[in-house]
Amino acid sequence: MYAQMVKSTGEGVKTLDEMAPEERAFQEKVDQDIRIEPRDWMPEGYRKTLIRQIGQHAHSEIVGQLPEGNWITRAPTLERKMILLAKVQDEAGHGLYLYSAAETLGVSRDEMTEMLLSGKMKYSSIFNYPTLTWADIGAVGWLVDGAAIMNQVPLQRTSYGPYSRAMVRICKEESFHQRQGYDIMMKMAQGSEAQKRMAQDALNRFWYPSLMMFGPSDANSVHSEQSLAWKIKINTNDELRQKFVDQTVPQAEYLGLSVPDDTLAWNEDKGGYDYSEPDWDEFFDVLKGAGPANHDRLDARKQAWDDGAWVRDGLLAHSEKKHGAKVAAE
Amino acid sequence: MADALFETLLRLGDNTLILGHRVSEWCGHAPVLEEDIALANTALDLLGQTSLWLEYAGEIEGAGRSADDLAFLRDAWDFHNVLLVELPNGDFGQTVMRQYLFDQFNLMNLRALTGSTDNRIAEIAEKAVKEAAYHVDRSRGTVVGLGDGTAESHERMQAALNILWPYALELFITDDTDADMAKAGVIPDPKTLEADYRATIEATLAEATLTLPDAHFGHRGSGKDGRMHTEHLGHILTQMQWLQRAYPGQAW
Amino acid sequence: MSKEWPLWEIFIRGQHGLSHRHVGSLHAPDAETAVKNARDVYTRRSEGVSIWVVEARHITATAPGDKGPIFEPSESKVYRHPTFYDIPDDVGHM
Repeated sequence: MYAQMVKSTGEGVKTLDEMAPEERAFQEKVDQDIRIEPRDWMPEGYRKTLIRQIGQHAHSEIVGQLPEGNWITRAPTLERKMILLAKVQDEAGHGLYLYSAAETLGVSRDEMTEMLLSGKMKYSSIFNYPTLTWADIGAVGWLVDGAAIMNQVPLQRTSYGPYSRAMVRICKEESFHQRQGYDIMMKMAQGSEAQKRMAQDALNRFWYPSLMMFGPSDANSVHSEQSLAWKIKINTNDELRQKFVDQTVPQAEYLGLSVPDDTLAWNEDKGGYDYSEPDWDEFFDVLKGAGPANHDRLDARKQAWDDGAWVRDGLLAHSEKKHGAKVAAE
Repeated sequence: MADALFETLLRLGDNTLILGHRVSEWCGHAPVLEEDIALANTALDLLGQTSLWLEYAGEIEGAGRSADDLAFLRDAWDFHNVLLVELPNGDFGQTVMRQYLFDQFNLMNLRALTGSTDNRIAEIAEKAVKEAAYHVDRSRGTVVGLGDGTAESHERMQAALNILWPYALELFITDDTDADMAKAGVIPDPKTLEADYRATIEATLAEATLTLPDAHFGHRGSGKDGRMHTEHLGHILTQMQWLQRAYPGQAW
Repeated sequence: MSKEWPLWEIFIRGQHGLSHRHVGSLHAPDAETAVKNARDVYTRRSEGVSIWVVEARHITATAPGDKGPIFEPSESKVYRHPTFYDIPDDVGHM
């Protein structure tokens, strides 16, 4: 998902009996769906894992601005240009809400930004794929936002109050994102031969990277077990991936596009589709920095951060001067 | 008269279109998230105004051209924006200085246009003037903050002003089209706005500890009559119009 | 790393005349800019008619550990609630 491969403590989940009284009280609250708030006692592992997860999610929103922003100046109509700009702007807003949630855990946004730029923190691998045609903007909205929503809707019930509230706001705002993507795909799929070709090509390139967004199977992962127990992860990766495939295949059929998977078949017994796993070697390569756009993405963020330093410093210096003058006058 | 009105509407719409396009280039690259979001809001307002101006322009022309046709299917010589808005973004300081110089004009012009004898123009101005008032508030604050910030920010803002100020003066050139339209009460005569504009800008610059350079607009082929744009406009259009040109007549 | 802009908490009063409600936070160099940033960040979908901003460090809060002494005593004051009183239906709406 937007937060892939987040490591927790690495230890197994403790039973209530094994916990000290403070931790047990904490776990009981989580079990009863009582939200944990910033000043409440929490295990250090919970705090650290949340910072990693929320930070990674926030970074994904910010880096995620880039592949779509790539088409703002080339959008084909005034309306499409405005819709896309509003959408990419929403991603910036979502990054901001998430950084704010992480900041309640005692890490600053600037610190997280520095960690992103130095490679210490990651962002979702999906944004290391390029957007090559206008249909990619449709595919990103339809598939990438579709996959993101699949994860974010349950996270509205996550145990950490500020994270949960950020998710509620994000889900509300995101509801138009996937629809605008599908709307572009419909226009393309019903359009000229060239437009249809673009639409199919976009689906071909974004299908497997979208499946990768949920992360490798975590059925036996200790990190996942702990995160599920803490309710900062609500479903397993495989559950969400299956749900995504089941939802998306009929949507592709409606468009008259073919999902690039020969093995795709409805399985009556499980009530879902059988599908091929993505190439997980590719996933790990991209995660390690060898994807098609890793360098471009990080360079763009670094440049924005470095070039913006004088602006941030300048405005702060002015405020301090003004404030100093006010204090002196009082 | 219809020709002059068409041209006037293109001037209004092309200014906001090209500036909106420029500002949208910042999306994902601004110095701080809050500023990224604010710039996108400004660009969205400008593009919204563009749709209204160009749609009306198409109706006045009567040749069946939509706002999109006008935006995406004219070549550079048919564009009527001032040169100021097509200049590259430069650093953030240059972007925000350009924005302030335009916003202040846009606000004054739109205020006058709310009283236009052309009802449709008055209506559009009524909506746009609120957006422009906020734009001025924001860009003015940033110009002051950066002008009177650190030594570096001050220096960069002064450099931006030195580049941009001559271009701002194009906003106040009154040509025959403007004179006709002003006589009919459709638009204010641009040159009558200049004194007030200059006074307002000077007050802001004083607060920003910046100095107005001694300059005048020497680009004799001004952008608004389409006679001579900068080389930059062609590149903007190359990007903006690419899909419409490469795949003509498609629905998107 | 240069100094980070202070953190502000944002409160917005919506269209329907209710009290200002906490909607989130953001960074800004000063209060005036915080108001503008709040307008741009938190009212993109016409969510508000009034904005308050407070620098986060100026907020004083109850301590989670004091929840018992602070909030529980009010739970026994049932007589503060209208449902505590039994008024015959014949009296009419009250």
